[in-house]
Amino acid sequence: MSILVDENTTFIIQGITGREAVTMAREVLDYGSKLLGGVTPGRKGRDVHGVPVEDTVRAFTERERVDASVVSVPPAFAADAVNEAIEAGIKLIIVVTERIPRKQVAQFVEYAQQEGVRLIGPNCLGVISPGKSKVGGVGGAVDSARRAFVPGSIGVMSRSGGMTVEIANSLSEAGLGVSTAVSIGGDAIIGSTYAELMPLFDADEQTKGIAIYSEPGGRAEYELADYMAESGSKLPVVAFMAGRFMDEMPGMRFGHAGTIVEGKADTTAEKIANLEAIGISVAERIEDIPRLLKERIEG
Amino acid sequence: MRFYEYEAKQVLAGYGVALPQREFATTADAAAEATSKLGGPVVIKSQVLSGGRMKAGGVKFADTPEEARDHAAAILELTINGLEPAGVLVEEKRSVEQEYYAAVTYDGRAKRPLIIFSDMGGIDIEEVAEQYPDHLSRTHFSASRPFSDFTAKVAVASVGVTGRDLNQLTRIVAGLARLFLERDMTLAEINPIGKLDDGSIIALDCHLDMESEARNTHRALLQEIGVPDDDNRQARPPTQFEIDAANVDAADTRGVAGNLTQFDGNLGLIIGAGGGSLTLFDAVRAAGGSPANYCEIGGNPSVSKAAALTKLICEQPQVEKIAVMMNVVSNTRVDIVARGVIKGCIEAGFDPAEKIAIFRIPGSWEEEGFALLEKYGVEYVDRSVSMHEAAERAVAKMGA
Repeated sequence: MSILVDENTTFIIQGITGREAVTMAREVLDYGSKLLGGVTPGRKGRDVHGVPVEDTVRAFTERERVDASVVSVPPAFAADAVNEAIEAGIKLIIVVTERIPRKQVAQFVEYAQQEGVRLIGPNCLGVISPGKSKVGGVGGAVDSARRAFVPGSIGVMSRSGGMTVEIANSLSEAGLGVSTAVSIGGDAIIGSTYAELMPLFDADEQTKGIAIYSEPGGRAEYELADYMAESGSKLPVVAFMAGRFMDEMPGMRFGHAGTIVEGKADTTAEKIANLEAIGISVAERIEDIPRLLKERIEG
Repeated sequence: MRFYEYEAKQVLAGYGVALPQREFATTADAAAEATSKLGGPVVIKSQVLSGGRMKAGGVKFADTPEEARDHAAAILELTINGLEPAGVLVEEKRSVEQEYYAAVTYDGRAKRPLIIFSDMGGIDIEEVAEQYPDHLSRTHFSASRPFSDFTAKVAVASVGVTGRDLNQLTRIVAGLARLFLERDMTLAEINPIGKLDDGSIIALDCHLDMESEARNTHRALLQEIGVPDDDNRQARPPTQFEIDAANVDAADTRGVAGNLTQFDGNLGLIIGAGGGSLTLFDAVRAAGGSPANYCEIGGNPSVSKAAALTKLICEQPQVEKIAVMMNVVSNTRVDIVARGVIKGCIEAGFDPAEKIAIFRIPGSWEEEGFALLEKYGVEYVDRSVSMHEAAERAVAKMGA
């Protein structure tokens, strides 16, 4: 199994003719992912690495099954692109674009919820189920992605795209491997939080443990702690918390848009205490993540 | 981007919220003049982008223009939490019978905007939430639909307010919510809202934070209230080092090499990207190191961009060595960063083998990058050495 995406997942890239999206198209095709094509208004009839470009999302959904869309357009056009994908009936939308104003994110997240659409991001690198499908830039070129993401038993959720790869790499090197890794995005409002993705991992037979990467700011870790307490989830979870230095620097923004200490609950110290209180192990170093997971899974 | 109180109140006035008579002044004489004009007792408030003004002595009362001049002179000299005031706000002093609190912000958990209202204004709202939960209401609303006044009414009525007060407060809270949505704020707060002895209710303070990403959308408003385009309202004014780094980043659109924050240590950091930088900065400190800076590189910056940032960091007199470290990268080419940092180091007049304490960037084109580092005698490690181990090795070389 795996979650969200597998070898059968068909998808398009909105904004496919952009510089980064062209690279992403090459990478996902090389990986063997089922990329159907992409959308850039006014570029119908062209192709990108052999897949067609259309003016509209409906041009694809009217002729074939489209499971997902990766939105990689400039921030000013991102909300419109997400709305178009929802309206066309696509049920998994991965928003790569960063710097989308929060109000617009709140608006399209609300629309997605109403229509039963799973939204990942914004400000993320995508989703990868190793050996099956890579949907987004996560892991980079095919050789790098295969090296860092070996198929295995650990689900990864990370607020940082880069650290998704670093953590997956440590799990792969340690022989645990990855079932599915989700770069959930670094913004203050995101489509899917840790707690919202946990039920999918809980239901996945391949997943034996969870690694999460976290940062100061927001309440997502409390939501996860509540989920773990209420659901009776049996999956061992190991968390890594970056940005400990920020506890001493309230009001300063580092890293991602959602990473800022505005109140006591936003600090890493407070979050770590909360996670540990419900039995989530907090790793001091990245290389401790596979070690702690092994202990928890075997113990 | 945070607004000064005097600016925030200009914005608030546009949403039908009643405010005290007031004048903004940048000199003690102007403050005295404003006091004569307002014609009665006044309150003089430091215009500084920080909370805790009252405690720090940044708020004082005056009955006469002379007294106002003295107070303003003192407040204009007063640094609060390391921040200089932009001026003082001189306001008519009103006698307040009851204080309320209202704020609108985003709730990342509910993924919606949220109104927080309390009939215990004027004090720390987190304290109210903990100790007097019955005196605080939380009311979510949609960012997609036009704001409807009943939502504000529910927020106010939920803490037991009724009668004429309810209707007055509903107008204020509804105005604040509309301002929040229309002006792309991430926080809009009035603390306190004051009920005066004549029964009228007005906003006594106002704190607004606008989303930086939405600044261009609201350029007309910013011009109207006098915020210059290049005023970025950081928590403290940027240092020359930070300004130079921002210029390096802006000069070349390929990739990121900037977001630099100066610290007072001796180990220069070239680290990335977002989460990687946070992790590595912690790792250096955990190893006992003292960073000269935080920064972010990523998104495959050009050789010249990586070189310019490296040169800038190497040229800082406090920087003894630099450490070049990232998480396993997806789209940044290792050889390009390697070439950039070697070039920048040499351009600053240093031997890369001496100056670069460690290079740890695993990913695409790493063989080419490592070959180049080898040639210049720079210590490098691949992904078999963790981020934390790499940071420890860099710190171990300091002071050696």
